[in-house]
Amino acid sequence: MKKARLIGAAIVGFGMTLTAAAYAEDEVRSGYYWATEETKAMQDDDFANPGFIWVESGSEHWTKVEGDAGKACQSCHENAEKSMVGVANKYPKYREDMGKLQNVEQRINECRTKFMKAKAFKWESEPMLALTTYVRHQSKGLPVEVDIDGPARKFYEAGKAFYNERRGQLDMACKHCHQDNAGGILRANVLTQGQSNGFPTYRLKWNKIGSLHRRFRGCNKQVRSKPFAYGADEYVNLELFLNHRGTGLKIETPAVRN
Amino acid sequence: MNRGRILGLATALVFASGAALADGVKDVSTTYKVVDDTIPQSLTGKPGDPVKGRKIAINRKKGNCLACHQMPIPEQPFHGEISPDLSGVAERYTAAEIRMRIVDPKVLNEDTIMPSFYRNNGFHRVLKKFQGKTMLSAQEVEDVLAYLMTLKDE
Ligand code: HEC
Ligand code: HEC
Ligand code: HEC
Repeated sequence: MKKARLIGAAIVGFGMTLTAAAYAEDEVRSGYYWATEETKAMQDDDFANPGFIWVESGSEHWTKVEGDAGKACQSCHENAEKSMVGVANKYPKYREDMGKLQNVEQRINECRTKFMKAKAFKWESEPMLALTTYVRHQSKGLPVEVDIDGPARKFYEAGKAFYNERRGQLDMACKHCHQDNAGGILRANVLTQGQSNGFPTYRLKWNKIGSLHRRFRGCNKQVRSKPFAYGADEYVNLELFLNHRGTGLKIETPAVRN
Repeated sequence: MNRGRILGLATALVFASGAALADGVKDVSTTYKVVDDTIPQSLTGKPGDPVKGRKIAINRKKGNCLACHQMPIPEQPFHGEISPDLSGVAERYTAAEIRMRIVDPKVLNEDTIMPSFYRNNGFHRVLKKFQGKTMLSAQEVEDVLAYLMTLKDE
């Protein structure tokens, strides 16, 4: 420990750039902050923002009757622009009957299987991405504020442990890139705090919109670590931790990122 | 401080129990000797090739040292800026010290982001195709080291 400190001091002594990256832990910033002007402009204009294709397609799925119960989302929730405001910014939520957390995708699938008697959507399928984007978009501009008290606490702690745990052959934790080095340059990338407030996010590299869990899988694989399945408990716990870490950030769905 | 130690211990225990190497795969950390946080002996006994070493430092699938470090490699457009500039590194450290840095920098700083380039044990959830493997071969470590030892004038 002592040694590490001495080395750390030596590095600062060399006038290196580590400090530039050392953001105060409570200084919360969306990935938007580090995006290029071009990307920001694309996100800000609803017509130029390619993520709006999924918002529109989500609004069509909302009214589509599917399943043996002969219902659409709209049958029960009526106008999403009213009923879904202030929903997604509070997810994932602890569900007493399930004894664990549930996120927005999982809530949508529960409504489909339980109430509509329709098949669950596959995680990264077009309709799932569209409905998740549509539902989350209704909270655009609202602050992220998840509940981590009471029974949710233990899942939050599990997510936090995941975030700080080294993994993969590169032996890195999320925190090494997104906390210790946020704002730093990693070869051709500017590292951000890795916040979750823009998801599902239109990623220029993907050429489409993608879920937060897709991003988790990518960030696991790039350190040569085995990813978890979409919707795995580990990822939902991580999602709660990340959302809490980003408390107060405004929902940007659909955000645009490189 | 105390907390770090306890955490370290807990991690060591988890690793010791959880990350056994497959049959016939040798833990490479048993193949070299650490002396006062340095590795004085070459890993292979064969001199490193600085020309190969420079290529390995650039290669994204090998050393990818450029991901984090600035280096005197002007033909490459993107250099990371989250770590010390390696220009002139041979003036600051001996070969034995740099070899330690490349092999397993966590010996010097347990919280570093820098990967251990010559370690194959004690990792968590490694993708199957990389299990039991080191990021660089012993000779590749010597090659990179030989290249870094040419970085003399600041
Ligand atoms: C048969 C009625 C019914 C249908 C159809 C239905 N839901 Fe639900 N939905 C519910 C009920 C009941 C709840 C639980 C309400 C609560 O907990 O306050 C709920 C909750 C939700 C929530 C969480 C709301 C919150 O405040 O936490 C979301 C999001 C949601 N539904 C989305 C959908 C979507 C998308 C569809 C279409 C795929 C859909 N629902 C179809 C009845 C329905
Ligand atoms: C080797 C460094 C590295 C590690 C380790 C890493 N990431 Fe990332 N991550 C990136 C890069 C590079 C990007 C794209 C640029 C950016 O937003 O930082 C990114 C982007 C993200 C984003 C999208 C941010 C946005 O605004 O859209 C999230 C969320 C994220 N990472 C979460 C994680 C989580 C959770 C972990 C741990 C499981 C993790 N990352 C580990 C490098 C890393
Ligand atoms: C993911 C980022 C990362 C990568 C990749 C990386 N390093 Fe480092 N390196 C660091 C950091 C950060 C330090 C600062 C010391 C510390 O954190 O312990 C460092 C320190 C060093 C030092 C000591 C330099 C000094 O002036 O103190 C050397 C030598 C070094 N690295 C060599 C390499 C070589 C060679 C490679 C490629 C084979 C490499 N590094 C790849 C992050 C990285």
